Amino acid sequence: MTRPLRHLLGIEPLARSEIERILEVATSMKGRLRQEVKKFPTLRGKVVINCFFENSTRTRSSFEIAAKILGADAVNWSSAGSSVSKGESLIDTAKNLEAMRPDVLVVRHAAAGAAELIASRVGCSVVNAGDGAHEHPTQALLDSFTLLERWGSLEGRTVAIVGDIRRSRVARSNLHCLQKLGANVRLCGPPTMLPVGVETFGCEVETNLRAALEGADAVIMLRIQAERGDDSLFPSAREYSKFYGLSPSKLGWLKEDALILHPGPINRGVELEPEVADGPRSVILDQVENGVAVRMAVLQLIAGDPADLGQEEAAAGEGGAQGAPHRGTSAGQVQPREGGSP
Amino acid sequence: MSRPGSFALVGGRLVDPASGIDGLRTVIVEDGKIRSIESTPPAELGSMRTIDCAGKLILPGLIDLHVHLREPGEEYKETILSGSRAAAAGGFTAVVAMPNTKPVIDNAHLIRFVAEKAAAAGYARVYPSGAVSKGQAGFELAEIGDMAEAGAVCVTDDGHPIMSPALMRRALEYAKAFDLPVMVHEEDLSLAAGGCMNEGPTSARLGLRGSPNVAEDAMVLRDIELCALTGGRLHIGHLSTAGAVRAVREAKRRGLPVTAEVTPHHFSLTDEAVEGYDTRAKMCPPLRAQADVEAILEGLADGTIDAIATDHAPHSSVEKDVEFEKAANGIVGLETALPLTLALVRDKTISMVRAVELLSHGPARCYDLPGGKVAVGADADLVVVDPDASWVVDPAEFLTKGRSSPFVGWSLQGRAVYTVVGGRLVYELGARKMESYES
Repeated sequence: MTRPLRHLLGIEPLARSEIERILEVATSMKGRLRQEVKKFPTLRGKVVINCFFENSTRTRSSFEIAAKILGADAVNWSSAGSSVSKGESLIDTAKNLEAMRPDVLVVRHAAAGAAELIASRVGCSVVNAGDGAHEHPTQALLDSFTLLERWGSLEGRTVAIVGDIRRSRVARSNLHCLQKLGANVRLCGPPTMLPVGVETFGCEVETNLRAALEGADAVIMLRIQAERGDDSLFPSAREYSKFYGLSPSKLGWLKEDALILHPGPINRGVELEPEVADGPRSVILDQVENGVAVRMAVLQLIAGDPADLGQEEAAAGEGGAQGAPHRGTSAGQVQPREGGSP
Repeated sequence: MSRPGSFALVGGRLVDPASGIDGLRTVIVEDGKIRSIESTPPAELGSMRTIDCAGKLILPGLIDLHVHLREPGEEYKETILSGSRAAAAGGFTAVVAMPNTKPVIDNAHLIRFVAEKAAAAGYARVYPSGAVSKGQAGFELAEIGDMAEAGAVCVTDDGHPIMSPALMRRALEYAKAFDLPVMVHEEDLSLAAGGCMNEGPTSARLGLRGSPNVAEDAMVLRDIELCALTGGRLHIGHLSTAGAVRAVREAKRRGLPVTAEVTPHHFSLTDEAVEGYDTRAKMCPPLRAQADVEAILEGLADGTIDAIATDHAPHSSVEKDVEFEKAANGIVGLETALPLTLALVRDKTISMVRAVELLSHGPARCYDLPGGKVAVGADADLVVVDPDASWVVDPAEFLTKGRSSPFVGWSLQGRAVYTVVGGRLVYELGARKMESYES
């Protein structure tokens, strides 16, 4: 369980125990995030470069804050205005950034496989912050973390993922993560937004929203990835919202205490009605906060000294108990602050 | 120019689908021609050089209908010289060069340029092909008659589908006057929708845009009907789907002048080879599903498919060492096609005679090319193959400038040992230097 991570390229290659280790460390990290003085310099002297070849504010800020709380020097690099616009290849860019001796490259790129390609060519660690429609592993980790905070375990839970499945890296990473943690996954969207081959994913597939939501414990609503370009996948935002958007009247299809998640940014009025996004079942802002904790955990596990993880967890346990409201832990589940307790 | 040598290929298994011979023979070559084919080695060969072919195959020189030699314009990827040397090393004595160069080969001057460069290189016969449309832009017919007169053996916009059905109709009609086949790259770009691999479970998991089989099937069906309408000769390049095999089989049953080729990669691999975003498995049409591979194997066995062609498409690391979706389509194939085809003989998918036919006599018939047979009096274009030679594919040993092959690291069986073009030994396995047949 103490095996440190070399890279985090996706959820698919991870074992359940590796996912659980990250979430366990994230629990203590959330404790520190809620401290008044947010500085726990276990990554002091480390350099993290956020390489964003695609726009993002939420994920980049989240990684930056995570790195800074842990004392690392976080540098934001964006392809806009860089040598990429002068025709530099991805591998050349990555090797040049690597030559500045970072410990971790956090990579966001529009091409599926980009993080894997960089990882195969550089000596430092690589964290995938989203590669095309492939994976967005920290998003899936923070989503599972958010659900675990409420439920303690994902075993036997049903989670629906609704929307633009085909072009969504969030859907793919969540599918792997939720399945590995024992949840039952339902993918739902108009057939034009389901990938050909989805039947091999080993999950339920629905094109009817009601069928997807009935009996579900949580639903992850996805944004339409209009920027990925495509011809007509649905007739209008109005019709999409009617059949695949979540409105107050459809909440009754879900279990009574079901949770509503969204990776953001939300298109209010399209996939989520404002009353739902801001309603009592929404855990959307919890997701954002937990994103920082999960990214702290990932950076710590990748770049930190494995030997001092125990001490940190102990430290977090003293000061941050209110941070992570875990209830009950089943075997192999997230175990908040237990590992390091003296 | 030196005289072609005289020599005897002694006691090999001659497999010549054109004449139906499959047995031990000695082939005597003199003055560039095949002088005689003997069932028993003549007692007296005088001072003639003899090459012991015991345990080897003696085959008609292989013919590849589909290679990209990149010259003019992209000499950093391949030249007519480097490509024809790779051909010789792969056992090919003749190749058809695709016209999607820079500039596009769409006029008689450029056809002659290719022919002259090939003659000067002298390692394999290079038959030029010309574009169907000016600049391969898909709007106006190129000067097809002029190119035919200059030596083009077919016309094609290969690399680009002819999206306009009306232009395709005119091309098939017009090329009839010069008895030229129109070779097509079948891909409906609207259905392909920017897909960079086959659409299916693997593309779904990798998050890559997929191109469905129907992008190819729809175009094949369209062009077969246009062939029926016009009576023009249609050659379907690198077909990759079960639907395309079915359509060609049906077209042949109707007696239409349709021929078709497949590549070794499309019968040897499925789209699972893309796993890990391996750009060496990126080409167009893409690697397909197992059901497509099986349909292609059936088409190879039952005569639906006329030729195995490599679609040898060398690129440099600049185009291949990048993000998968950004990488250029195409892999090299000249130096691995023969063993990959012989693998089908070993697993009893096809007979040895059929395998040789698909690599020689079959392609020759598609475009009425000389060669593809071992006949007394014919040009001595021959290859001697060691069918048992095991070797590991190492791109450092390629004679092509391209290095991108999904077969790198594969252990293959069967290799050209001697390649003879016009009676000249242009390639000998293990020899340090290759001899140009006109040098």
